[in-house]
Amino acid sequence: MGFVRRYLRSPAAVVGLVLLVLVVAMAVSAPWVFPRDPLSLAGRPLQWPGANPNFWLGTDNTGRDIAAQIFHGARTSLLIGLVATAISIGIGIVVGAVAGFYGGWVDDALMRVTEAFQTLPNFILLLVLVAVFGSDIRTVTIAIGLVSWPPSARLTRAEFMSLRSREFVQACRVLGMRDTRIIFREILPNALPPVIVYASVIMAVAILLESSLAFLNLSDPNVPSWGNLIGAGRGVLRVQWYVSAIPGVAILATVLAVSLVGQGLNDALNPRLKSR
Amino acid sequence: MSLLSIEGLTVALPKDGDRPYALRDVTLQLNPNEILCVVGESGSGKSMTASAVMGLLPEGVTVERGRVLFEGRDLVSMSDAELRKLRGPRLGMVFQEPMTALNPLRSIGSQIGEMFKVHTSLSAGERDAKVLALLEQVRIPDPAAAARAYPHELSGGQRQRAMIAMALALEPKLLICDEPTTALDVTTQAQILELIRDLQRRTGTAVLFITHDFGVVADIADRVAVMRHGEVVEQGPAEEVLNNPQHPYTRALVAAVPPLSPPAAQPLAEEAIMEIQHVSKTYRKAGLFGRNRRVTHAVRDVSLSLPRGGTLGIVGESGSGKSTLARCIVRLLDPEQGSIRIEGQDRLALSRAELRRDARRIQMVFQDPYASLNPRRKVGELVAQGPMVHGTPRAEAFRRARDLFELVGLDPRALDRYPHEFSGGQRQRIGLARALAMQPDVLVADEPVSALDVSVQAQVLKLLARLRTQLGLSMVFITHDLRVAAQLCDCIAVMRQGEVVEQGATAEIFANPRHEYTRALFSAVPGKGWTPPVAFGAEEVA
Repeated sequence: MGFVRRYLRSPAAVVGLVLLVLVVAMAVSAPWVFPRDPLSLAGRPLQWPGANPNFWLGTDNTGRDIAAQIFHGARTSLLIGLVATAISIGIGIVVGAVAGFYGGWVDDALMRVTEAFQTLPNFILLLVLVAVFGSDIRTVTIAIGLVSWPPSARLTRAEFMSLRSREFVQACRVLGMRDTRIIFREILPNALPPVIVYASVIMAVAILLESSLAFLNLSDPNVPSWGNLIGAGRGVLRVQWYVSAIPGVAILATVLAVSLVGQGLNDALNPRLKSR
Repeated sequence: MSLLSIEGLTVALPKDGDRPYALRDVTLQLNPNEILCVVGESGSGKSMTASAVMGLLPEGVTVERGRVLFEGRDLVSMSDAELRKLRGPRLGMVFQEPMTALNPLRSIGSQIGEMFKVHTSLSAGERDAKVLALLEQVRIPDPAAAARAYPHELSGGQRQRAMIAMALALEPKLLICDEPTTALDVTTQAQILELIRDLQRRTGTAVLFITHDFGVVADIADRVAVMRHGEVVEQGPAEEVLNNPQHPYTRALVAAVPPLSPPAAQPLAEEAIMEIQHVSKTYRKAGLFGRNRRVTHAVRDVSLSLPRGGTLGIVGESGSGKSTLARCIVRLLDPEQGSIRIEGQDRLALSRAELRRDARRIQMVFQDPYASLNPRRKVGELVAQGPMVHGTPRAEAFRRARDLFELVGLDPRALDRYPHEFSGGQRQRIGLARALAMQPDVLVADEPVSALDVSVQAQVLKLLARLRTQLGLSMVFITHDLRVAAQLCDCIAVMRQGEVVEQGATAEIFANPRHEYTRALFSAVPGKGWTPPVAFGAEEVA
C-alpha cells in the first residue's frame, strides 16, 4: 500500500481529495437534499444569502433557489467532466498509440490530423460544433470530448515511441504476437500512468468549457448547471454579485480539487521525481 | 608517507534505502606513483569510494565516520570552497561515460581551457597552446581539429582521451578513474589503458582506478583492493591478489573470469540446422531533397552456417553489425538480400502472418535484463504467454512454465512475482525460460551475459552450457567478449563493419587467428597475459 501512503503524504493532494469528495457528495445527495426541480420558481427573486432561512444561498433573478442549483449543478459538471474526459482520452490513446507504435507515414498522417485540431482554438471549434449540432447536453459533452483529445494523443504517442524500442516489445514480436495485442495489452499499461494524470487536466478544462458555453447561453438551458447560473447572474452583476460569485466559487473549488488530485497522483506515481 | 589514506570510512545511505551503509570501515592507502585498482561487482561500493574522495557523494548520502587524508589534510571535513581549490589542480577525475561527462554545447578545446581559466592566470593564447599540447599528449589524431570539435563529433575513445587530457591539465597528484574504459570497445580500451599507464609513469601521478574487470586489473594495477557490500575484503600487491587470492570471495571472483582458451572441442554434427546466405541489410537515411542522404551497410553479404546442436559465436565490436544480423535472423528486421534457411525453409520468404504462426522455430534472448521483461506482467505469465498465444491452454502453459523455472534454476513458487523483484541474473534466466517455452529449433542470444556481474555471468554461462547438452539446443551467440565466446562456442565468426572477416572452429581461431583484425582483437583482450589461478567456475560466490 505504498501508493496510498505516498499520496497521503502531500497535504495539497489531501486537500484536493477532500474537496473532490465534498463535490461528489453534493452531486450524489442533490435529489434528497433538494427534491424539487431546481429550475422551478421557489420564491421572491434576488434574495441575499442568509436573508431568508429557506434559501441559505439566496435566490437568483428569476426566483430560483441558488443552493439547489449548486447541488444539482455539481451532478452536471461532474458528469460532463467524466464523460468528456473519457471520450477525449479514448480517442487520444488510440490515435497516439497507433501513431507512436507504427511511426512512418501512419504517424505522419495521424499527427497532421492532430495538429489540424490543435491549431484551431478549441473553444472556437466547440462553438462551431454546438452551433451546428445544437446545445443538447449530450451534444455538448461529446463536442467537448472531441475538441480536447489532441494533447492526450501527443502524450500517448511520446510514451509509445520510447517504449516501442524496448526489448520486451521485440520479445513479444519474436513470440509471434499480433500488433493489436502488443499495442493494447503489452505497451499500453506501461504508457498509461502519465495519461491518467493528464486526464485530471482534461477534466478540469472540460468543466470550464461547459461553464463558458453556459455563460454565453449556448449550453443546454434545461439542465441546472453552474455556468447557466453565472450566465443568469450576469445582468445583475454589479448589485447582486453573489448570483454569479457563488457558482463561480463552486467551479473554482471543483477545478482546483481535480487539479490537486491529478498532481497528487502524479507525485505518487513518480516518487523519484518528487523527492528531488 | 602515502598520498591518499582512507581511514575507517563509513558512508551511510538514506534511511529508506535497501541497506544502511554504502561503505563500511573502508581503509585504503595510495602511494605516489602507484596505480591502485579497486575492484568489485555492482553494489560493492567501489564507485562510492571514488565519489567520497572527490566530495561528490549523492544527495542524502553522508559520511558517518572516518577520514580521507590527502597530503595530510582531511577531505571529509573540508569546506566546499577549499575542496573546489583542490579539484582540478590536485585531484583529477575521469568518468565512465565521456559523452555525458562532457558538455555537448561547448567545444573540447574550450572545456579543457576552462581548467586553466578557473585555476590559473594564463592568457588566452597560452591556454590554447596548453590545450593543444595536452591533446597531443593523450595522442588524439589531429589535436587542432579535436580542440575545435564538439563532443558528438568525436568517437568514444577520442572523447575519453579528451576527458583524460582535461583531468591531467593541471598535473594533479591524484587521478581518479571511475570505470573509464567500460563504455569502450576492447581495442579502444587497450589503447586507453596503455595511455593511462604511460602518462602515470611519466608524470608520477597516483591513480585510483575503479573497475569490475579482473582482466583490466591484471593489465594496469600495482596494488589491488577487492570490495564487496561496501567492505574491503582483501588488498595487496597485484601479483599476490591475482595469482594467490586468499579471501573466498576474491577466489570466487577470479574463478568467474572465463579463461582465454577454449575447452576441448566436442564433436559437431555434419548437417546444418540453419544456413545464412548472402544476407545484406542497409539503412538509408533520406534527407529532404537529397541532402544529407546517408547509406549505412549494417550487414554486408554475410554467409554462415549453424551445425545442428552446435553454438555459433558472432564476435565483434560495437557497430560491427552483429546485433543487426541477429535481428535479421529472427526477422525483427527485414534484410533486403539473401536467404536464411532453417531446416530448408527460407525465413525471409515468409509473410508476416506466416512468421507469427511459425514463431516457435526460432527464439531470442536479449541483452538488457531490465528492458527485456514487461514490468507490468507477472513472470509466470511472461513465460507462459508465448505458448498461450499459439493456442496452448492456460493451465498447461503454466505447468510448463513451472518446469522451465526449475530447468533454468529458479524457484517455481516465484511464478506470480513481478520482474522488479528479481536480480539481473535471475531476470536473464526468466528471459531464457520465455524463449525456451516455445521449444525453438534455434536460439539466438544477443549479448545475454554482457550486462551481468562476473560471478553472475559465470553462472549464466554454465546454465547455457548445461541447457545446450541437455536439450540439444542449436544456438547463435552474439558477444563482444572473446573470453565468453571461448567458453561457449563451437565455431566463431568475427565481424567488422558489417562483414565477416574470419570464421571457423573456435579452437582453430584461438590457436591461429588469420585475419589481422582477429589478431588485433586477441591482443586487446584485457589481462591476456594472466591465467586465473582458480579453474573456471570451480568456486562460487556464497
